[in-house]
Amino acid sequence: MSELTVFKRPEALLPVTMHYCPGCTHGISHRLVAEALDELGLRERTVGVAPVGCSVLAYDYFNCDFHEASHGRAPAVATGIKRARPDLIVFTYQGDGDLASIGMAEIVHAANRGEKITVIFVNNAIYGMTGGQMAPTTMPGQVATTCPLGRDTNLAGFPIRMAELLSALVTPAFIARGSLHSPLEVVKTKALIKRAFQYQREGTCFSLVECLSTCPTNWGITPTDSLKWLEENMLPYYPLGIKKTPEGKEA
Amino acid sequence: MAKLLMKGAEAIGEAAIAADCRLFFGYPITPQNEIPEYMSLRLPQVGGTFVQAESEVAASNMLYGAGGSGARVFTSSSSPGISLMMEALSYLAGAEVPVVIVNIMRAGPGLGGILPAQADYFQATKGGGHGDYRCIVLAPWSVQDAADLIMDAFDLADFYRNPVLMIGDALIAQMMEPVEIREGRKPCKPLAPKDWATTGNKGRKPNIINSLILDPEDLERHNRRLKAKFDSMERDEVRWASYNTDGDYDILIAAYGTPARVCLTAVNELKEKGVNVGLFRPITLWPFPYAPLREKAKKAKAVLTVELSTGQMVEDVRTAVCEDLPVHFYGRQGGILVTPDEVVEQVTALLGGARPKGARKGGKA
Ligand SMILES: Cc1ncc(C[n+]2csc(CCOP(=O)(O)OP(=O)(O)O)c2C)c(N)n1
Ligand code: SF4
Repeated sequence: MSELTVFKRPEALLPVTMHYCPGCTHGISHRLVAEALDELGLRERTVGVAPVGCSVLAYDYFNCDFHEASHGRAPAVATGIKRARPDLIVFTYQGDGDLASIGMAEIVHAANRGEKITVIFVNNAIYGMTGGQMAPTTMPGQVATTCPLGRDTNLAGFPIRMAELLSALVTPAFIARGSLHSPLEVVKTKALIKRAFQYQREGTCFSLVECLSTCPTNWGITPTDSLKWLEENMLPYYPLGIKKTPEGKEA
Repeated sequence: MAKLLMKGAEAIGEAAIAADCRLFFGYPITPQNEIPEYMSLRLPQVGGTFVQAESEVAASNMLYGAGGSGARVFTSSSSPGISLMMEALSYLAGAEVPVVIVNIMRAGPGLGGILPAQADYFQATKGGGHGDYRCIVLAPWSVQDAADLIMDAFDLADFYRNPVLMIGDALIAQMMEPVEIREGRKPCKPLAPKDWATTGNKGRKPNIINSLILDPEDLERHNRRLKAKFDSMERDEVRWASYNTDGDYDILIAAYGTPARVCLTAVNELKEKGVNVGLFRPITLWPFPYAPLREKAKKAKAVLTVELSTGQMVEDVRTAVCEDLPVHFYGRQGGILVTPDEVVEQVTALLGGARPKGARKGGKA
């Protein structure tokens, strides 16, 4: 009888236990990135840039070189690495507070310069690490510790759709939004992430994949309810799909 | 290489290239725009890369990334822009990433003015960013000095794996002087391969550039290791110069950067009148040359510190001479330069025993 391996740890992930809460989708997006790096054979020439947020310790989980940035500055750090060493594959991994709030300038300008980097943007509609404060992506009416009565769009505006905002730039880019709330969407998101790295490998353009994610801990609901909440509340507001390709049309 | 007539800003850029720096990230601000402008033209000619960043915050973090991947990299800015780089400076020191940052100081605080000042001394030498860290701070007094020191700055940064600052008042970048770029010179420190850099982990364990250490015991160990490194800089990297200090003198002037040159003119004028005054010029503002200054002050009855600020370096001068003798201060602010006549007047008044006009008496008041 011969054995067939159908599932194993990607080489790009280290055999360690992650610190993420039960049901948190950070672990899934880590795995998708790792699988993409493995399948494209990029691991040994990759440098990841970790954010400040729950995924700040990403450097402990990936089996590749890593640089831990300050809050929001990952795209600038990645720019520095990529400009110094264009032969390296450079990606940032950032939460929504990191990327869409404090790091708004850095992400917009990295995209606009067309930096040949890949950005994995984890949108969980909340600040996870600091304990559930409102993020720029928090849904209208959603309760967070700094909007205890729910996000009031009169005072805090509406959630920012980063994928759409960045797609409005003229500079060619690959920008897409996937979701991690179901196995089907996880598989589709993986394909987007892989494609993003392919564009970088070819030196084509800036690439960003927004991953709709959950934070059961700070949403205050169970992991399964979180997946449902994401589907019912975030999906209608954050439409999935490819927003922009360097070819100018969806191929 | 023959001597060329160059603007300070261009000499700094050209010397950086001669020191094998091929990367510059920066954001425009007067009075140092000629540095990024020069680099934007020159770097592509030598196979390098120039990026105009969206802000000084971004520029300094681009430095962080590039330095982390092992490249020689520098940026320049002026006071308000340097304030925006303080977060990155703290990370650079914490994660031990070598980079060079040039501050062409203008008058502050706030938006201040665009003319020469030396009011960022505290920021450069006493912290600026958060946490326990130190940076070597080099202070040129001429275009040649700026070109020489920035080349050394890269070696010092690489040797210690620490950011190095070079601070000059606006005149350093704006004036033109003959300068020789020391092409092919020997590094001022032995340079080890950067086997810690993020270059892809083929055949080795991942390298991680990081300043986050959550375990308090580990972080304390890291802090102490950094402190030992800073101590070794204090031991080995003190630089200074002195003028007219061979004979006897009653007054020792302490000044750095362009004002030190103004003071030297005053010293020479006084000498012609038969008045001997010594001049002490710190070249490293950190580590500060405490011991040499104290030694040079032994012959004097008083020290006069001259700065383009309301009095910052003077605190280190006082520390250096302890309670041995009075330390006086003369400074101009707002972008106004000290003149040789003013310095002569201050010295003359001190020698006459009177408190000079506009001077603050320090030390034992
Ligand atoms: C300059 C600075 N400001 C604030 C913080 C505190 N802080 C740490 S993580 C974080 C928010 C992280 O939220 P997000 O980016 O959404 O990531 P998540 O934790 O949800 O994955 C904040 C505000 C910091 N570390 N640095
Ligand atoms: S706090 Fe939220 S985002 Fe952070 S690890 Fe826990 S579930 Fe994930």
